[in-house]
Amino acid sequence: MRNFLADQVVELKPSGIRKFFDIVSEMKDAISLGVGEPDFDTPWHIRDEGIYSLEKGRTFYTSNSGLKELRQEICAYMKRKYNVAYDAMSQVLITVGGSEAIDMGLRAMINPGVGEEVLIPQPSYVSYEPCAILAGAKPVIINLKAENEFRLTAKELEAAITDKTKILVLPYPNNPTGAIMEKSDLEAIAEVIIKHDIFVMSDEIYAELSYKEKHVSIASLPGMQERTLVINGFSKAYAMTGWRLGYACGPADIIKQMTKIHQFAIMCAPTTSQYAAVEALKKGDADIEEMRTAYNQRRRYLMNAFKEMGLECFEPYGAFYVFPCIKEFGMTSEEFATRFLQEEKVAVVPGTAFGDCGEGFLRISYAYSLENLKVAIGRLQRFVEKLRSEKA
Amino acid sequence: MREELLAIIEKNSRIDLKELAVILGVEEIDVVNELQALEEEGVICGYHTLINWEKTSLDKVTALIEVRVTPQRGQGFDNVAERIYKYPEVRSVYLISGGFDLLVTLEGKTLREVSTFVSDKLAPLEPVLSTATHFILKKYKDHGTIFSQKSEDEREMITP
Repeated sequence: MRNFLADQVVELKPSGIRKFFDIVSEMKDAISLGVGEPDFDTPWHIRDEGIYSLEKGRTFYTSNSGLKELRQEICAYMKRKYNVAYDAMSQVLITVGGSEAIDMGLRAMINPGVGEEVLIPQPSYVSYEPCAILAGAKPVIINLKAENEFRLTAKELEAAITDKTKILVLPYPNNPTGAIMEKSDLEAIAEVIIKHDIFVMSDEIYAELSYKEKHVSIASLPGMQERTLVINGFSKAYAMTGWRLGYACGPADIIKQMTKIHQFAIMCAPTTSQYAAVEALKKGDADIEEMRTAYNQRRRYLMNAFKEMGLECFEPYGAFYVFPCIKEFGMTSEEFATRFLQEEKVAVVPGTAFGDCGEGFLRISYAYSLENLKVAIGRLQRFVEKLRSEKA
Repeated sequence: MREELLAIIEKNSRIDLKELAVILGVEEIDVVNELQALEEEGVICGYHTLINWEKTSLDKVTALIEVRVTPQRGQGFDNVAERIYKYPEVRSVYLISGGFDLLVTLEGKTLREVSTFVSDKLAPLEPVLSTATHFILKKYKDHGTIFSQKSEDEREMITP
C-alpha cells in the first residue's frame, strides 16, 4: 500500500518530552505542578449564562465571525483595558481558542514554500513553530536569555531579521517563563519592527495575569496597530479553557482573509461559549481581580520558597508560571524532572519542552491551591537538598 | 494591604504570620502591626471556626426568626435588639429592611428548646408585635463555603 501520510506532518517534531509525559500520566498518585490552565472553575454567573442560552434554545451556528454582541463587547474591552480601538464588524474574529487564531493568522499571511520567515522567541508556547511550518513559513527561533528576564530586546530582534522576515510572534506575558514586556521594552522593539516593515502577531492570552503594571498591548503604540494582530481569549482571564473561545483583533484586510479560512475550516466558534463570553466581558472584571490576587499570592509564596532553598529564579511578573534555573545540579531539565517525578512524585515540565534554550530550567505552574503548592515545594526542597548532598 | 489581608484571614484565620507576610509581599512585623490595629479598631471581631455540625454526633437545631417590633421613641430598634442579643442562645441579630424588622438566628439542642425560647422569652417582650420561626433543615453553604463540595483536580494532562 502507498504511504498516505503527508511528509510535512510526519516530519513535524513531536514534543521532545513525550516520554516524560507518558510517565506522568501513568503515575496516579503524583502531585502535578505541570498543568497550564487555571485551577478555578469558571465563575458561576458566566456558566449560568451558558446554561441559560441552552435553555433558550440558542443552539444554532452564529455568524462566521462570531456573535455581533460579543465582537462589540470585545471592542469595548480592548478600548477600556488597552486603549486600542477596533471596529466590531471588520476587525474582530471569534475563534476556537487563541490557538485557532494563531493558526488562522499565520495561514492568512504566509505565502507557503517561498521561505518567508516567522520569528519565534523561545522559550514559548509549543504551537507557534508547528503552525508556522504548516502554514509554509520558515520558523526562525530567537533564543531568549535569562539575564534579560526572557524579554525580547531590540538587539536580539534586529540580529534575527533578514530580508525574508515577515512576522514576529510576540508571546507576552509568556508561557513558560512568566516574563512580561513593559511599555519601554515594547517601544524599543516597535522601532525595529517599523524600520524593517514587519508584522507582529502578539499573543496576549495571559494579558490579565500581569502582576507589576497593567499589561500594555504593543498595538497601542504609535504606528503599531496597523501592523499587529492581537490574539486573546477567555481561557486564562476567566478560567474558561474548556469553552474553547478566543479571538483575534487586527487590520480589516487580515481579519477578512482569516475569516475566510475560519469559515471553511471551522464555520464558527461554539455558540454556548459565545453567550457565556458576553457575560464574562460585561460583568467579569471582579472575577479577574479575585483570581489575579490569588495567583499573585502564590507567586510570592513560590519566589520566597526558592529564595529560601537557594534556587535561582528571576522574578516573573506574568501568567501563572515560574521558571527556576537548575543548572547548578549538572543535569538536563528532563533528567531533573524525571528524577523529581520518580523520587518525589511531583510533576513539573522541563524547560526544553518550550525550546532548546529552555535547557537548565523548569516550568512550575502555580495554577494550584497554596495547600498543594506547599506540599510540592516541601518535596522540592527535600529533593534539592538530596541532590546537593550527592554532589558534595 | 488591609483589604487583601482581611480577605485572606476571613477564609483562613489559621494561616501563620510568616506565610501571610510572604504572600502579601510585606514584612512579618507589618502584618503583626496591621492585625493589632484591626483588632483594636474592632474591624476584626474574632477568629472563628466554620463547623458542619451535621457531621458530628451532637444534636443542634438552628432557627431563623422574623420579628416585627414597635420601635421605641428615642431608641429606635436598638433597645429591643439588645434585649434579644443578650441571650447567649441567640447567635445573630440583624436589623433588616422589608416586611419585618429583626432577623434573629437562634441555636438550641432541640425543637422544643427553640420554640420554648420563642414563646417564653422572645414573644412576650413588650415591643415585639409578632414572630415567625423557620427551622433550618439543611445547610448547603455557610460563610461562603459549600458543605458538600468535592475538591478533586479534574484537569487532564495535556501537552503544554
